[in-house]
Amino acid sequence: MSDIKIEGYEFKPGFKGMAKDTGSDQTMFKGVHWGKAMMWIFLLSDTFIFSCFLISYMKGRGSTIIDWPNPSEVFGLHVFGVDVPLLLIAIMTFVLITSSGTMALAVKYGYEKNKKMCGWLILATAIGGLTFVGMQAFEWSKLIHEGVRPWENPFGAPQFGSFFFMITGFHGTHVSIGVIFLFIYAYKTFAGHYDQGKRGWFTTMKGDYVEIEILGLYWHFVDLVWVFIFAFFYLW
Amino acid sequence: MEKTKKQEQTTTHKIGIYLWIWGLLFVLSFFSYMVDWYQFQGMLRWSLILFFMFLKAGLIMAFFMHLYWERYALVNVLLWPMTAIACFIFLMVAEFEYTVFTRLFYFVVGG
Repeated sequence: MSDIKIEGYEFKPGFKGMAKDTGSDQTMFKGVHWGKAMMWIFLLSDTFIFSCFLISYMKGRGSTIIDWPNPSEVFGLHVFGVDVPLLLIAIMTFVLITSSGTMALAVKYGYEKNKKMCGWLILATAIGGLTFVGMQAFEWSKLIHEGVRPWENPFGAPQFGSFFFMITGFHGTHVSIGVIFLFIYAYKTFAGHYDQGKRGWFTTMKGDYVEIEILGLYWHFVDLVWVFIFAFFYLW
Repeated sequence: MEKTKKQEQTTTHKIGIYLWIWGLLFVLSFFSYMVDWYQFQGMLRWSLILFFMFLKAGLIMAFFMHLYWERYALVNVLLWPMTAIACFIFLMVAEFEYTVFTRLFYFVVGG
């Protein structure tokens, strides 16, 4: 990951190294598995998709002259006779960060070839993601019950619903897909596919713990997007 | 000998760094929740939200996604396209300000 060696190639740090890597008559991303590079390219394109959603939300919210619904009231919960602002969202953030941390540790234990720890941590991550999706389903049904629709809502500017369902729905889809893959990878880890170098379904690539890091990149990205949604949609 | 050396090199970082970042993320999330809890308003609210947001995003990308340890060839390919997003944001801010201006203007003056 950090210190790599290629026979007959001198690694230079910083921008000089970047110029040399890019101009070298070989692979450009040295020491980076091709799957990892491709995942990064995919995440870059995904960044643009989410940016477009958030920018269109910014424009929609900025150009309406009707008051925007107050998120801290709309997403507030009434528990034990007290109104707590954004309670569910805070718990969801907490759950997602927890799962991000377990994933980071899973990657670390994967590289240390610690099969058991790696597998359990991936499983914990998957359960965290599942909890998150469950709470999001609860949040959606609560808002739909209160009369929020993509074209109208009882709280303020009618655009609110369409942006809310679009952005959180797209993010929730990402989490759901991630959860499915986390369960599959947890199975593959426990079954020892990465120790034996067993090939996957659609690839001739031999199984390796670098796959855990690739999955981890995706999962951290989902968490990263949530950081932005939390800031712009729920707190702003 | 050579092989064991290589394995040592691909071994990841100490667990402490992950736990530290993990803890920091919790603390920062708590702070950004507190921004809403205490109902800060105006510039203070927005700057605090953005500050905590970028700090969290930076920590996740740098340490959880390992960008801090990657070579510049990869890091720069990933981060420079963000300037395009920044440009787009500036364009759309100008756009919505114009839209809201025309709306208010014609509601007052009349079509």
